[in-house]
Amino acid sequence: MVGIVVFPGANCDHDAYHAVAHVLGASARFVWHKETSLSGATHVILPGGFSYGDYLRCGALARFSPVMGEVRRFADAGGPVLGICNGFQILCEAGLLPGVLGRNEGLRFVCADTFVRVESADSAATRGLSPGTVLRLPIAHAEGRYQRGPGGLDGDGATGRTLLRYCDEAGETTRAANPNGAEGNVAGVANRAGNVVGLMPHPERASEAVLGNVDGRRILEAFLRC
Amino acid sequence: MQARVYVTLKPGVLDPQGNAVRGSLEALGFSKVQDVRLGKYLEIELAETDPMAARASVEEMCRRLLVNPVVESFRVDVPGTP
Repeated sequence: MVGIVVFPGANCDHDAYHAVAHVLGASARFVWHKETSLSGATHVILPGGFSYGDYLRCGALARFSPVMGEVRRFADAGGPVLGICNGFQILCEAGLLPGVLGRNEGLRFVCADTFVRVESADSAATRGLSPGTVLRLPIAHAEGRYQRGPGGLDGDGATGRTLLRYCDEAGETTRAANPNGAEGNVAGVANRAGNVVGLMPHPERASEAVLGNVDGRRILEAFLRC
Repeated sequence: MQARVYVTLKPGVLDPQGNAVRGSLEALGFSKVQDVRLGKYLEIELAETDPMAARASVEEMCRRLLVNPVVESFRVDVPGTP
């Protein structure tokens, strides 16, 4: 059962539920942020949105929600956790993923399709995808400029692992293909163990033919296979 | 007593907001503006009479919530403390 954590201000919780339960046929349940149990969830998704109004810093206040203690225990025990957009920001603020997401370089909220290249298959959301695979996934954020922090990406693997980079359609990680100024075009990362994943793109918004894009299914299916 | 907290981006961290403000100041004719860094300022009222205890408490708040040490640094002003 997939536990989808609902913070005040989340707005992609139902999208995630729809993709997981209705499109992919997995069992799912909303978990209110004040709950102190994940009720036996085998997978956890922190969905996108604007938890706590993005006050102070994106994700900074959500990380103190009561449920986050349980999410941390679940992650420490190796359980698969997927943070999408604001969920990614929360996981960074909680220290479950390395780095931080800053304001977009271009002063804009960017809502657009992007191409991303799979860099590593060694994570809960990319297992089974060959490195080099190019996916088309939508983004929608004002604060998605990934920064790894001290040491930068040079120590990739030491504190975490780059999973996805923004690229052009041919898979080249060019400057022009970087929508927000993210260090190294990084669009998604995992922790060292690979069970905790954060993505700025929204796979749940690209999982049905009726939406014109099914590339996101490959991410969600990989996650559900864990 | 009141503590004042200044949260700033570390040197070298890109500040798109600061850059945008600088651009607007230049557009207004403030031609000598060379750089703008945009941070946060907090006033925290504490039920505490010991200045050193207040400072220690606020510094702990900075470490645990108010500041993201990956990209930000902070300064705390408490009257009566160095």
